[in-house]
Amino acid sequence: MQTFYSDLLVIGAGLAGERIAVEAAETGAAVTVLSIVPARRSHSSAAQGGMQAALGNCAMGKDDCPDVHFQDTVKGSDWGCDQEVARLFADTAPIEMRRLAHWGVPWNRVVPGKSFFYKGGEKFEKYEEPEKEGLITARSFGGTAKWRTCYTSDGTGHAVMCTMDNRCAELGIDVRDRSEAIALIHDGETCYGAIVRCLRTGELQAYIARATAICTGGFGRIYKATTNAVICDGGGHIIAMDTGQVPLGNPEAIQFHPTGIVPTDILVTEGCRGDGGTLLDKNEERFMHIYEPDKAELASRDVVSRWMTHHMRQGKGVESPYGQHLWLDIRHLGDQHISTKLREVDEICHHFLGIDPRTQLIPVRPTQHYTMAGIRTDRDGAAYGLKGLFSAGEAACWDMHGFNRLGGNSLAETVVAGGIVGRKVAEFLQGHDVSFRTSLVSDAVAAQEDRIKALASCRNGSESVYKVRSAMQDALMDGCFVFRTGEGLQQAVDTLKEVYERAGRVGLRSNGRGANPELAAALKIRGQVRLAQCIASAALARTESRGSHTREDHPERNDRDWLNRTLAYWKEGADVPELRYEPATYVFEIPPGDRGYGGGKIIKADEPK
Amino acid sequence: MARLLKFNIFRYNPQDPDSRPHMQEFVLEEAENMTLFIALNMLREEQDPSLQFDFCCRAGICGSCAMVVNGRPGLACQTKTADMDTDITLLPLPVYKLIGDLSVDTGVWFREMYQKTESWIHTKKVFDPGQLEERMDNAVAEDIYELERCIECGCCVSACGTARLRDDFMGAAALNRVARFVVDPRDERTDRDYFEIIGNDEGIFGCMGLLACEDVCPKGLPLQNQLGFLRRKMGITALKNIFRRN
Ligand SMILES: Cc1cc2nc3c(=O)[nH]c(=O)nc-3n(C[C@H](O)[C@H](O)[C@H](O)COP(=O)(O)OP(=O)(O)OC[C@H]3O[C@@H](n4cnc5c(N)ncnc54)[C@H](O)[C@@H]3O)c2cc1C
Ligand code: SF4
Ligand code: SF4
Ligand code: FES
Repeated sequence: MQTFYSDLLVIGAGLAGERIAVEAAETGAAVTVLSIVPARRSHSSAAQGGMQAALGNCAMGKDDCPDVHFQDTVKGSDWGCDQEVARLFADTAPIEMRRLAHWGVPWNRVVPGKSFFYKGGEKFEKYEEPEKEGLITARSFGGTAKWRTCYTSDGTGHAVMCTMDNRCAELGIDVRDRSEAIALIHDGETCYGAIVRCLRTGELQAYIARATAICTGGFGRIYKATTNAVICDGGGHIIAMDTGQVPLGNPEAIQFHPTGIVPTDILVTEGCRGDGGTLLDKNEERFMHIYEPDKAELASRDVVSRWMTHHMRQGKGVESPYGQHLWLDIRHLGDQHISTKLREVDEICHHFLGIDPRTQLIPVRPTQHYTMAGIRTDRDGAAYGLKGLFSAGEAACWDMHGFNRLGGNSLAETVVAGGIVGRKVAEFLQGHDVSFRTSLVSDAVAAQEDRIKALASCRNGSESVYKVRSAMQDALMDGCFVFRTGEGLQQAVDTLKEVYERAGRVGLRSNGRGANPELAAALKIRGQVRLAQCIASAALARTESRGSHTREDHPERNDRDWLNRTLAYWKEGADVPELRYEPATYVFEIPPGDRGYGGGKIIKADEPK
Repeated sequence: MARLLKFNIFRYNPQDPDSRPHMQEFVLEEAENMTLFIALNMLREEQDPSLQFDFCCRAGICGSCAMVVNGRPGLACQTKTADMDTDITLLPLPVYKLIGDLSVDTGVWFREMYQKTESWIHTKKVFDPGQLEERMDNAVAEDIYELERCIECGCCVSACGTARLRDDFMGAAALNRVARFVVDPRDERTDRDYFEIIGNDEGIFGCMGLLACEDVCPKGLPLQNQLGFLRRKMGITALKNIFRRN
């Protein structure tokens, strides 16, 4: 078996992982980065819309500043975020956008003079000032007071990912694709690296490092309907939770995006609504302004997803063989706009729906999109529970998103957090030497070899991994989607307990040799069901509605009892997680208040029982 | 009743000593809006769990799923079965190393390409976090982005006659990458610097100009224009080099 050593092992080569790697490598650390797919195929490259930073260059972003960005972020989170982290983020984002420009990102720039834009289907005029010419411009996104979403045409994530990966190549960072981490090497106190399965040969390898960072992105794939890539399957969360020491923060906080296309759930960007697209019902009438007169289509995602679901329940949805859906209308934006700024949307409509968005409506419905849930870390990105373990990006609960993440804030988070955590890791490396028993590594390898043997020989049973996965996905769709109830959640918890038992009896039908894909699925199925169970259990316990977590039987946001963060631990031998809580934030720059959209009653923190 | 699709799929697992390269037939009932992504996953989940192929975004934006579909390299995830005959033949992309069945190693190929073309901005300027960003004309930014849209699927290289004949040929994707930096004002490299990288048979002078690359590029990149642009630029640089040497 091969063993590799480095100062820092980064698991995940998306924007967050590569940004950490760059920052640490610049201080001279030897860094290895692992990824299931070539780095540029990471899900970061799928983000079309853009990333938020209060540069205030464009006309509609005039007078924007980190304070306003901070306020939007805290409101967006429904006061569930750590305000110190949100502050750090809002202040650093403009610098990171400029740094990216320096490294090579072709940001769209301010073009002076008069131009038009659409809002809620109506045409407006704006004037860009000549002295701002050539500075980074911005577009509008949901839930923000100003236009502050920096972008490159319709491919922000792709462009930034290319630049970051180029930077890694320039620094000679060792980025290894087709390498999947399947367990952490640890002694219950300190993390020493990971056991990795090579997806070229199927061989196991040990990667030993003084610090390890998990940047494996979100885990939307445990839902049936999701915008996420097939590799967003929770691998990083699973290996962290498997240690029994590291908690998952806010597992119940899962975001649903208003505009996944029907039936494939591929995302069409929020940029569509930001640029003036509207939502229509079966009578081809707008409805969002009825529920949200002020923000209409541009309210935050949780709000729009709920009203869409509500509107469909009122019988206003369009019937289809795949269930009800609504329409997204961008016809009025015109050919020029659609074929440049929304070209990716144009291509998606063409290839996956066979329609032309210039003349036809796009069928959409809310779909799982983002996991605010993640490996709980402190402000430095250090994971709770294990020394030497860090996390950043969508994989982490850092926690600037609280119960709802604003569009454009996560891509920005990957580079902002990546930079900050990278620096902290470098500091950590300075004062941290490791010594460990070699048996720790050989035991970890042996344990994984044994798991693989058990699966290949059907030692524990011969359940099909795909059937078990499907049962788990159905349970989440039924009980833990846009609207939740105590009864539905209890049902989900019970079902998932059974599914978890079945997951323990999975056996392979193929021989498992080489880069066998069935084995990859089987190795993580138990961990996936645990993640699903964390969502259901934590959602059942949280008897309030906050951000994307909506309890129909508890419609009020309850600051008196629930202004806190869930920490879900999975102890060995358990069949449900252990839930603990900590305050959402220790510092209040702005006290809990109304978000200005979404309605709903609030039980104040000082309200008597 | 829905159509029955007949798939002929290349099978070989180099890691399995019992495996031999062969074509295997699968039959699957077509469903509404079916793509090759949906079909291949159904085959794997219901008929043969060992079947290897690559998908990631399943939305035509990451470049993972390129394969030869009925003789032509393309993205499997954006290929609708409704647009095809009932007989569908799937082969792995040539040129790249085979990992198994339909899965090939584009990652290593492209990583080598970044090193060869030095695929990053070359500048002596140092980033100053206290300063405003350097200005850029929006039209220039859009031109750069046009060339950066490559998703590294590898279709162009697989379709290229020269790349199939000689494995050191850089291919259209690499030449396009160089063009991306040539048009970027932030990159301080000169034409002579670029000539060092691509002014030979492995680069621009190896290209026969038959343009299979542009035909198959799923992102519709203007590869033909870029090849012409670089050939002219490098031709002129070559002449200058000759005169300079004399
Ligand atoms: C369709 C879509 C559009 C989006 N658009 C926007 C937008 O416009 N603006 C915005 O702000 N946000 C957007 N988001 C969200 C944003 O893209 C993600 O949150 C962000 O890119 C996550 O980056 P990351 O670096 O944390 O992880 P990712 O980019 O997902 O990278 C994860 C990495 O981990 C690797 N990995 C996973 N598991 C393992 C393992 N076990 N071992 C080794 N490696 C592993 C993967 O190979 C990959 O390299 C969008 C998301 C989606 C799904
Ligand atoms: S034009 Fe040149 S690069 Fe393109 S396929 Fe032909 S030989 Fe290859
Ligand atoms: S140039 Fe086109 S065909 Fe070639 S790798 Fe890039 S996207 Fe694929
Ligand atoms: S899976 Fe991403 S392009 Fe096909």
